[in-house]
Amino acid sequence: MENDELEVAPEQPDYKPFVILEEVYQTLLTNKHLARKPYTPPNHKMIYSFIPGTIRKVFVKEGDKVKKGDKLLILEAMKMNNELTTLVNGKVKKIYCKTGEMVTKSQLLVEIA
Amino acid sequence: MSLRQKTTDLKKRMQGALQGGGEKAVEKQKATGKMTARERILAILDEGTFHEYDLFVEHAGKDFDMDKKYLPGDGVVTGTGNINGYPICIFAQDFTVAGGSLGYMHAKKITKIMDHAMKLKVPLIGINDSGGARIQEGVNSLAGYGEIFYRNTLASGVIPQISVILGPCAGGAVYSPALTDFVFVVDKISKMFITGPEVIKTVLGEDISMEDLGGARVHAEITGNAHFFSESESDCFEQIKKLVTFIPWNNSKKAEPFPSKHPKNKIFKIDDIFPTDSKKPYDVRKVIMAICDDSEFFEVQELFAANIVIGFARMDGQTVGFVANQPMVLAGVLDVDSSDKAARFIRFCDAFNIPLVTLVDLPGYLPGVDQEHAGVIRHGAKVLYAYSEATVPKITVILRKAYGGGYIAMCSNHLRADFVFAWPTAEIAVMGPEGAANIIFRSEILGSTNPEETRKKKIEEYKEKFANPYVAAAYGYVDAVVEPSKTREYIIHSLEIAAHKIEESPKKKHGIPPF
Repeated sequence: MENDELEVAPEQPDYKPFVILEEVYQTLLTNKHLARKPYTPPNHKMIYSFIPGTIRKVFVKEGDKVKKGDKLLILEAMKMNNELTTLVNGKVKKIYCKTGEMVTKSQLLVEIA
Repeated sequence: MSLRQKTTDLKKRMQGALQGGGEKAVEKQKATGKMTARERILAILDEGTFHEYDLFVEHAGKDFDMDKKYLPGDGVVTGTGNINGYPICIFAQDFTVAGGSLGYMHAKKITKIMDHAMKLKVPLIGINDSGGARIQEGVNSLAGYGEIFYRNTLASGVIPQISVILGPCAGGAVYSPALTDFVFVVDKISKMFITGPEVIKTVLGEDISMEDLGGARVHAEITGNAHFFSESESDCFEQIKKLVTFIPWNNSKKAEPFPSKHPKNKIFKIDDIFPTDSKKPYDVRKVIMAICDDSEFFEVQELFAANIVIGFARMDGQTVGFVANQPMVLAGVLDVDSSDKAARFIRFCDAFNIPLVTLVDLPGYLPGVDQEHAGVIRHGAKVLYAYSEATVPKITVILRKAYGGGYIAMCSNHLRADFVFAWPTAEIAVMGPEGAANIIFRSEILGSTNPEETRKKKIEEYKEKFANPYVAAAYGYVDAVVEPSKTREYIIHSLEIAAHKIEESPKKKHGIPPF
């Protein structure tokens, strides 16, 4: 074989800056990397559905005082009745769901002030 | 009956069994762009080498009126043949017969050919195209899967096992491919999942198509379950044939050697493909192709965790496994996925006597909450485990960056690489110059009248002193600093020298890798 000239890529890929330990690298980013969810610290005052399902019962109403461990509602999913309790003391500020309602995953159900 | 009559009778019986699920079912199979089970086997094997067994096996279902049904071959075709002259055991599920569903005798046929493969010590190819367990046969069908999984596990590391997903492969059925060494998928044809879209919809209320849930692309790009992706069945079969040439028949053999060939791409053109500035990207596959025989690199898991490149090539005619950080994608970092990908490949190579050549150019591990929470500690540990455990010849070439934990993990001297080479462009250090200077000279920088100026000066100072291969070379952690143009020669020589090495691992039942 003769020395084949290596073909130089005609167009430069869309490199992006990427920081690792203060060094800035030029590189491609993967779809999976771009699709990762940014981290948000848990906020126990906002109660979300951890699984899609149906609200079977709501134990509290807006304005009720609640303390840590109190039952808020029953979320039925995969034939299980899941009791959602509060992890903080406070007052029920707003209820975003009602009995019989189907909810998706990560839907806001109750807000505690 | 005369012999002639008996022969005619045999032919008639064979014809009945060979028709599969009948014309209509075959037509339906073809309408979805799929080949039939026998066509697939014939397309993979060398012409005229396929010999089918257990053609007259009948199903064992008795309940639900199953005893009145005739299922030719019980929905699976098994036999032996050759690929490029190599002996192979093969089975293909026949979707035209009862949806390729797995019943007791169907599983018996598969386990029988698996036992053959183990006894003869030849590779096993399984073509999956099945609706899943045959519900009518109940627990016997579950037993069938269990028997297959058990054999997959025993055969692991003894004979190469290849799974080809050419249709649905759902529920428990997915675990046989998952236990094998290489999984091939074809766009729009392969579908793999534990629970399908319907169940997900009823139980969780989430809407997703089969393709988006477990299509070929998903497994090739996101989950990493698949190792080879192709656009058509015929492309897929070409990939299988090629793979077989790179791997040995079993763990007591070496892969067949090929005539040695010079690379087509000459390495002294390296300037064109390789920037010395360690922050600039390039395609490390071009470096591999500049080193290996005929510039032929057969990449594995090309689409998954592209920040590390793995695959087979030949050096002086002998198969080697390349593992290389890819600076072009995510700067070549080690993360959860790339660690998994590399570790599994290293263990395959080690099990099948394939020497490892590692090309190092990485900034370290990927920082981030998502990585830490996804277990980058235990996944990253797999790379350390796999390299340390491997006793095949291990050659490492440090091209540019080798920082911190990444340096150790990428088959360093400390994990018992047989030879570690470094290019003059290598930077073997505890971290990048900027990070290091900011820590070491923090008070000096902050206390100076012009911190920015001082910082730059200190970074340069650090770079000058430590961002090179000579500090590591001074301790003997690098065996030789070599010019890029000499790399191929050094690798070939060291592979030759290390070819007969005997490395004993401590006696144990088995280690406990951080799975």
